[in-house]
Amino acid sequence: MNTKKYFLLSAIPLGIALYLFIYAKGYSYLTNNSEACMNCHVMKDQASTWIKSSHHTIASCQDCHMSGSLPNKLKIKLSNGFWHSWAFTTGRFEEPIRIKAHNLKVVENSCLNCHAQLVEHHKNISCLQCHAGVGHIK
Amino acid sequence: MIELKGKKLVITAFILILTVTLLLVFLLVDIMEKKQEAKNIFYRVVELTEETEDPLVWGKNFPHQYDGYKRTVDQVRTRYGGSEAIPRTPTEVDPRSIVAQSKIGEDPRLKKMWAGYAFSIDFREERGHAFMLEDQTYTERQKVGQPGTCLNCHASTYVPMMKAGGGDLLHGFETINQMPYSEARKLVQHPVGCIDCHNSKTMELRITRPAFMEGIAAYKTKEGIKNYDVNKMASRHEMRTYVCAQCHVEYYFKGKEKRLTYPWDKGLKGDEILSYYDESGFKDWMHKDTKAEVLKAQHPEFEMWSQGIHARSNISCADCHMPFKREGAMKITDHHIKSPLLSVTRSCQTCHRWPEAELKARVETIQNRTFEMRNRTMDALMDLIEDIQKASEKNPQDPALAQAQNFQRKAQFLLDFVEAENSAGFHAPQEAARLLNLSLDYSRKGQVSLARALR
Repeated sequence: MNTKKYFLLSAIPLGIALYLFIYAKGYSYLTNNSEACMNCHVMKDQASTWIKSSHHTIASCQDCHMSGSLPNKLKIKLSNGFWHSWAFTTGRFEEPIRIKAHNLKVVENSCLNCHAQLVEHHKNISCLQCHAGVGHIK
Repeated sequence: MIELKGKKLVITAFILILTVTLLLVFLLVDIMEKKQEAKNIFYRVVELTEETEDPLVWGKNFPHQYDGYKRTVDQVRTRYGGSEAIPRTPTEVDPRSIVAQSKIGEDPRLKKMWAGYAFSIDFREERGHAFMLEDQTYTERQKVGQPGTCLNCHASTYVPMMKAGGGDLLHGFETINQMPYSEARKLVQHPVGCIDCHNSKTMELRITRPAFMEGIAAYKTKEGIKNYDVNKMASRHEMRTYVCAQCHVEYYFKGKEKRLTYPWDKGLKGDEILSYYDESGFKDWMHKDTKAEVLKAQHPEFEMWSQGIHARSNISCADCHMPFKREGAMKITDHHIKSPLLSVTRSCQTCHRWPEAELKARVETIQNRTFEMRNRTMDALMDLIEDIQKASEKNPQDPALAQAQNFQRKAQFLLDFVEAENSAGFHAPQEAARLLNLSLDYSRKGQVSLARALR
């Protein structure tokens, strides 16, 4: 038998998965739009402070938080996507939500993607130390 | 690879499909729940009116806020504040089996400062809001006969005041002020409740205490704003401070009518308030040991805060003492009102991006320094009180005595202003230091004025 039977049987979980993909807006995560991050209400503060910031017209969440070459970008998206979902589903995370060191590095690099020529002489100082409000402002 | 055949294959495939389906359904339901949470649903279970006094009824519509409110029974200590649960044997007149630690027991100098006044009999660390009415009903300070005015800030008074005034809040306020405490006590049932800060229809913050309406109007007049009506003119953000300032302020009972009055005509600073009292010639009592006409300062949190950097940065009381917290997807104001030192992450770290231990250390540095200054200033006051006693034993008619007594009045009030303020200097560190510095100066000047008499 029986490959056929299993194939038929697996239609059930597949159907659920497909519905889930649409219901939970899974497709949005394939885009570069900030709306994808705002699917989740826990990001409300981050979203509302981004909208008020100077960079909201020019940079989406992903532009700063997942930049770099395509494979690198996918890697960050995959790992953050998984761990964020994990934290939110289990409810095990601390508030206020704060960026982790490795993600901060990503953001710092993103500044350079656009502003590299401006800061050639600034070594060893974080952009955000002085420009904390460019991406999110209270 | 292991080859699966027959039964084994069936079982493995079954388990695999089962697990995947389970996981997917779990995710689906979880996401659905989270989406529901995000809708911020509010169920109106009961109708709230301007007569709904009992917080329990409000709690049916607002269970999360009510949960927090109920938790103000917690007794937790911080380095300089908070209360510790001390067991006591209940008696017939005082059924409390738990009280807070005695402040006059911790520092006997306070007893000397307040000699002849009710505070030298019984003064304990304040407990949470839940105990305000109970603790006031049974404090031994009641022995001296208190007026109904005291209830303004120890009970939910909005409904009782409206009733006593026949629908006129101001009239009810005046009526209850003039009653003896024991009689007025029968009119109230709850410690401060929802209706004391919230409009029962819109849930908006509002002021229900006439003394604050009058006090803040007097202060605004001084600032050049005439006919200030706080309920019409204050912003939503200002209200997040003003509702607390209905009670956490310096006050006195004015005249025969025992009208609760906030002495802000000349400003909110300790020395401005002192000059208001000096001008009106008010005294709280005559000091037992020195016969000086002295004043008692009472928890001027609002006044002290208003001189500090947080007030200048538009940070309200509620921002730190009732920080937002998450209940599911809902962001609610934590109604478990307490010291921000017990919720550093939510109270401080929203703005200050430093580790919790670092922030705590900063606060305690300020408080330790204030406490050191407070102790030195207190010693100076004790010296002055002793000198006045000695000088009056030597010659009760000495004309230098009046001047020294006046210095004691000033020194004592300013010291007490910092001492009674419940932040140990944190609300405005430099202002607290300035007042202690002034107080110290008055004490030593008082001693100098007696130098000849004591020679």
